[in-house]
Amino acid sequence: MNFDTPVSMRDGFGQALLELGEQNQRVVALSADVSEPTRVHWFARKFPERFFQMGISENEMIGTASGMALNGLIPFATTFAIFAASLAHQPMRVSAAYARANVKIVASHGGVTIGADGATHQAYEDLGLMRLIPGMTVLAPCDARQTYHAVFAAAEYDGPIYMRVGRVDEQVITSETDEFNIGKIQSLREGSDVAILANGIMVSRALEAARILAGEGMNAAVINVHTLKPFDTEGVLHVLKTCGAAVTVEEHTVLGGLGGAVSECSARNYPVPVESIGVQDVFGESGDTEEVLGYYGLTVPRIADAARQAVARKQSISGK
Amino acid sequence: MEGMTENLEDLARQIRRDVIRMIYHAGSGHPGGSLGAAELFAVLYGRIMRHDPNNPTDFHRDRLVLSNGHICASLYSVLARFGYLPLGELASFRRFGTRLSGHPSRTKLPGIVENSSGPLGQGVPVAKGIAQANRLLGSEGHVYCIVGDGEIQEGIVWESLLSAAQHHVDNLVLIVSYNRLQLDEAVAKVKSLEPLADKFKSFGWHVQRIDGHRVDDIAGALQQAREVTGKPKAVIADTVMGKGVPFMEDKFTWHGGSISLQQAQEALESIGSSAKFDDFLIDGEQAV
Repeated sequence: MNFDTPVSMRDGFGQALLELGEQNQRVVALSADVSEPTRVHWFARKFPERFFQMGISENEMIGTASGMALNGLIPFATTFAIFAASLAHQPMRVSAAYARANVKIVASHGGVTIGADGATHQAYEDLGLMRLIPGMTVLAPCDARQTYHAVFAAAEYDGPIYMRVGRVDEQVITSETDEFNIGKIQSLREGSDVAILANGIMVSRALEAARILAGEGMNAAVINVHTLKPFDTEGVLHVLKTCGAAVTVEEHTVLGGLGGAVSECSARNYPVPVESIGVQDVFGESGDTEEVLGYYGLTVPRIADAARQAVARKQSISGK
Repeated sequence: MEGMTENLEDLARQIRRDVIRMIYHAGSGHPGGSLGAAELFAVLYGRIMRHDPNNPTDFHRDRLVLSNGHICASLYSVLARFGYLPLGELASFRRFGTRLSGHPSRTKLPGIVENSSGPLGQGVPVAKGIAQANRLLGSEGHVYCIVGDGEIQEGIVWESLLSAAQHHVDNLVLIVSYNRLQLDEAVAKVKSLEPLADKFKSFGWHVQRIDGHRVDDIAGALQQAREVTGKPKAVIADTVMGKGVPFMEDKFTWHGGSISLQQAQEALESIGSSAKFDDFLIDGEQAV
C-alpha cells in the first residue's frame, strides 16, 4: 500500500486484514452490510469461506464474533463506529469483554468526518463508551500506516479490542520505522511549554498547531495517544510533569474520551491546567469534512488558542 | 446404563433437589425456570451430548450454551453431578467470592462453562458463532443452546435465527424451555410468541415440539435434530415453571425470589429423594 499520498485509515485496515488473512488461517471477518465502506470486502473476496455476512444486525454480529473467538478463531467484526459502540454495547460488554473473548472490533467512520450523513451517523461517543467496559482495549490510530500496523498488533494481542478508524483520505504522518505498541503513547514532537495530546486524525492538526506555536516561541510537545485504554498513565504523567500544561484534542466528545482520561490522570496524580478540544456535548450537523470539523472547533487555530490558554493558566498559577 | 430412562429421571430429580437447596442457602435465585428445565439438562448431559469431564476442552466435544443464564442453578448442578465441579461447591452458589455467580461466567469457570450470559438473547448468536467456528475448524461437535421463552422477545434472537438459516448452521440446536411465563406475567399477555413453531419454520428452521418433562421424548427429539442436515434445528420443549414443586408450579412469581426454610422442606418432600445421588453438604453437615 502506498502511504505517500493521502489515504484513509479504513484503507490501511483493509489492506492489513487482507495480508493477515494470508498469514493466519484463524483470522475471519464479519460485516454488518457495510463491507465496501469498511474495506473488509477485500478480505471477503479473497477468503470467502472465512468471511461472514451478518446483515444489518450489529448485536448479533458481536455475539457471533464472540462465539467464534471462544472457539479459537480471531474474528474481526466490522461496521461503522456509531453502530458498533452504542448499538451493540451490551453484547460488547457481556459476550465479548466479560467473557474475555478474543474478538477484534474494527469500527470505521469514527468521529464527525463520516461524510454528510449528519448527527445520527457521527460517532463521537464511541471511545468513551468502549473505555467504560472493563477489560476492553481501545485503540484510535492516527493515520493509515499506523492503522495498518495496529491491525497486526491487534491480531497478536490476546483479548477484546475496539479499534476506531477514520473514513477520510489524509496525508500519512507516521514514518515507516515508527513502532506501534498497544498501551504506549507515541511522542511525535518534543516540547516543554505545553503538551498537546491527541488521537485519530487530530494528531496531524496538533502537529500543525505546534509548528505555528513554535513560530511564537512556544515549545509544544505533541503526543499521540493511540491507545486510550489501557491508558499509559506513566507516559502521560511524564509529559505533564515536563510541560506543566496540556491540551487534549480528539474527534470525540470531550466527555469520557481522551479529554476525560487525561483530566482524570492529571487530577489524580499531578494537577496541571488541561484544555480540551472536542465535541462539546452537542449533536451534530451535516456537512463536508472541513465544515463539520470547523463547526465543532476541531481546527488548527483552535488548538493553538487552547495551547496559549493552557500556558497562560499555568503561568497565572505559578505567579509568573 | 448412564442414560437409561429411570436414571435420567433420577438425575432430573436430583437437579431439582440441588436447585431448591442452592437457592434456599443463597437466599435468592431463580427457581421457576431452573426447576422447569431439569429434564433438559439431564438428557443433554446424561444421554445426548458427547462430553468428557476428564477432557472437558476436547476439540470435538458437544457444547452447551446457556442463554437464559439466570437458570444456572440447574447448569451448576448437572456439571457437579458429572464431576466438572466439586459437589460441595454448589453450597457457594451466588455467595461472595464464588465461582458459581448468579449468572454463569466463563472466566470464573474456564473450560467448564462455555459462555458468559445474563442479558437475555445474547447466548443465541454466541452459540451460533461457536457452531460456525466448529464447521470452519473441522470440529464434529454440536452446539446446544438453551433459551427461555420470554427472551425470544429480544431482537438479537431473531437476527440470529435469520443468520443461522442463511448460513445453514446445521450443527446448532436451539432448545426452547417454553413454560409460557416470564417475570411480569404470562408470555401471551406480555408479548405473545405464537405461533412459535410456525415462526421457526418460516425462518427456515427444522422444528419439533415436545413435552419437556418426558426424558425419552426429549432424547428422541434431540437425537432426530442431530441427524437433520442443511438447516438449524429448534426443539420447543413445553415445560412448567417450578415443575416438581406444587406450590411453585405454573406461577410466574417464582421466576425469581427467595425460598424459606419451610418452603424448602416442603419442596424437597414434593420432589422426593433420588435413588442414586446424595445431596451436597453444607459446611460439612447435611442440612436442608
